[in-house]
Amino acid sequence: MSTSTPAENDGAPVPGPAAPARPRPELPPAGQTPVGQRPHGGAGDRLRLWWDALARPAQWAFGAPFVLFIALLPILNIPVLTTVGTNFGAVMAQFGMYALIAIGLNVVVGQAGLLDLGYVGFYAIGAYTLAILTSPDSPWNVTQPEGWLSDDWAWLAVLPVAVAITAMSGLVLGSPTLRLRGDYLAIVTLGFGEIVRLLADNLDEITGGGQGLKSVAYPRLGVTEELPNGVFSAGNVGSTLNSGVWWFWLSLVFIIISLLLVGNLERSRVGRAWVAIREDEDAAEIMGVPTFKFKLWAFVIGASIGGVSGAIYAGQVQFVIPTNFNIINSVLFLCAVVLGGQGNKLGVILGAFIIVYLPNFFLGRTSLFGIPIDGNAIANYKYLFFGVALMVLMIFRPQGLIPVRQKLLTYGRELYVAARRTLAKMPDGGPQAAYATSAPASGTVGTVGTPGSSGPAPTGHGPDGPDENGATGNDTTDGGNR
Amino acid sequence: MSNEPGGMGAGGDVGDAHLSLSADAGEPMAEKYLPGAGLDEPVLVDVTEVRPELADAALVDEIVAADREVLAEVGEPLLKMEDVSVVFGGLTALDSVTFDIRRGEILGLIGPNGAGKTTAFNAMTGVYRPTRGQVRFDGQVLGKAKRNQITRLGIARTFQNIRLFNEMTALENVVVGTDARHRTSVPGALLRTRRHRQEERDAIDRSMAILEFVGVGARATEKARNLSYGEQRRLEIARALATEPKLLCLDEPAAGFNPAEKEALMDLIRHIRDDGYTVLLIEHDMRLVRGVTDRIVVLEFGKVIADGSPEDVTSDPKVIAAYLGVPDEELAEGDADAPA
Repeated sequence: MSTSTPAENDGAPVPGPAAPARPRPELPPAGQTPVGQRPHGGAGDRLRLWWDALARPAQWAFGAPFVLFIALLPILNIPVLTTVGTNFGAVMAQFGMYALIAIGLNVVVGQAGLLDLGYVGFYAIGAYTLAILTSPDSPWNVTQPEGWLSDDWAWLAVLPVAVAITAMSGLVLGSPTLRLRGDYLAIVTLGFGEIVRLLADNLDEITGGGQGLKSVAYPRLGVTEELPNGVFSAGNVGSTLNSGVWWFWLSLVFIIISLLLVGNLERSRVGRAWVAIREDEDAAEIMGVPTFKFKLWAFVIGASIGGVSGAIYAGQVQFVIPTNFNIINSVLFLCAVVLGGQGNKLGVILGAFIIVYLPNFFLGRTSLFGIPIDGNAIANYKYLFFGVALMVLMIFRPQGLIPVRQKLLTYGRELYVAARRTLAKMPDGGPQAAYATSAPASGTVGTVGTPGSSGPAPTGHGPDGPDENGATGNDTTDGGNR
Repeated sequence: MSNEPGGMGAGGDVGDAHLSLSADAGEPMAEKYLPGAGLDEPVLVDVTEVRPELADAALVDEIVAADREVLAEVGEPLLKMEDVSVVFGGLTALDSVTFDIRRGEILGLIGPNGAGKTTAFNAMTGVYRPTRGQVRFDGQVLGKAKRNQITRLGIARTFQNIRLFNEMTALENVVVGTDARHRTSVPGALLRTRRHRQEERDAIDRSMAILEFVGVGARATEKARNLSYGEQRRLEIARALATEPKLLCLDEPAAGFNPAEKEALMDLIRHIRDDGYTVLLIEHDMRLVRGVTDRIVVLEFGKVIADGSPEDVTSDPKVIAAYLGVPDEELAEGDADAPA
């Protein structure tokens, strides 16, 4: 047997077994990546590479104003962008809720790969929990005057309860059904969504049945002479800073919190387990991943985020009825995720925006850029257009508008930076100048684009990419991703 | 040591060369792949540039080395197949199979197609439950243990048909393997506790060392699906090693390899054994099996027909009749260059 003696290695202290040389197999020749799998190296990829190469402070410097711009969008009244048929603030509030839902559903569908067609059920449970606990029509009302909870804080106080109950419902739905896979799981979740709606419709004593529950609590903040019920009240209409804008800002807060938390999960063993389950569940399990446990966690986390969205919805419209939780909503939510790009958090937010904004954009519009159109008709046919859009997307860009680029490691980013450096070394590349002699003209190296797969971090960039900045700025183990 | 000229860096002499190469920051490798850098170029990264300590092969071996507490002493049975039968409907795939895998050895499991090799494998790793009999692993009966629990107990495997997580990078694939050794879970990850971060960091460090160990460190940032076939096979081994197994089961790891690649794989398997692991090897290539194993078990029609040293087994008339069926002179030649 081949056991090279430790003496052959240059005297390094080797505790334990002998350390013979590692085989260093020849690396494959160039051109291994099949043509179809090569990245496009298009504008999106370049933008992503540019972003990834930025140092943390620079990312904040670009990111914060962008978020601020999005937040101010409903009050800026930008000519073509603003909706005409409905209040733009209300549209943005709806977008905020859909974005939250998309983030939650993305955990389940995009990351863990579990097709959930009944996600509206969690949304409904979140909304109904809030309504049942705070509406005067409900027998379990805890707010004053019947209950003990002050109206001012009712919404905020009940929100954690709503989230907890939705999380529980995720657990209850998941424990028996997550043993199923693929189509079977989809059918069972579809049934769950309908069960929740039918319960809401038929448990008249508690949910008010088809009449729904009125006067649901909402945060009473910013109470003034003109607004006796505060800025979040549905009565706050008309002005630029109407209730829709406030609700949008509130949902933005929750969106940012969920993005941070879900991002933490994604870059941990949890996110890796989810992707592994999506890729090959059996292999994941045989590699020691407790697949059932992590699938259940995906359900619970997805459900909780849906619950938050439901609670926001109930507070904003102050009124819940079963018909608002139809199965078609589940389809729309899923559409947002698939359209935006399954697995990509920012992508699904874009998807949610498109789903909410486009119909409202056309609503009430009679001309666009001088061309007369019948906006109402277009808005009425939104399901048709979304259907067609999905089909077209599946043919030309099945990964969605912003395809996923997973970031599954918290540390080790320097490795990916090094990979990019290897490829993008320039003749005047500082410490790497030694390579210059063997490098071709810089133009050739510069057009490297995104090689093979960009994975968690950049692996190449354009000719004028801020390579050195990026490398030095990010080359810490603690840099994290985004 | 094998005298196959195509061997890729086998043995101590080449190892020294490697050490000296790595000393100057792995430039030759980067140099080699830089010139043609274009869209279709594989993404290569010199791990030693990022983690200079990984240039030291001895240190890599030390990081990768098996350091779990194993009840069985070296040479004692680590896994015992005790009268195991697996029946599918009317088909008896395994019929009262009894054999041991001893700690620290490379055991070869061979037999004609359909002899039950993979079934035996699946019975050990919890994919199938034995209809009769039991599998005892390191003093514990693997009765109703789930598949992921069995991996946590210390049996890791690779697959006959490669089953990597294709959309994940090589490094991420290996880090998934370390999941079995993680202790913090969702709450730790949500709040990024200190312990969780430490675990993540350790997992990634160890995974990089394992990638270097099996020789695909340079492709760490490449998606698994973009790796060459041989690299994917090695990556599977790396992923299995990341679970810190007491027993590593390789299911036809050399399928589709050319002789030079097989030679390199033999070195890797020996190297894994020398690093303190116990290896079970299912393989058709007799040259490889003879060259690398310490002991061979032969299955035919679900029964053990031979169990012994490579020399004894390959000269066993029953085995020759059932499986080998090769001319004697080739056997003799094979014996000559099989390692002592």
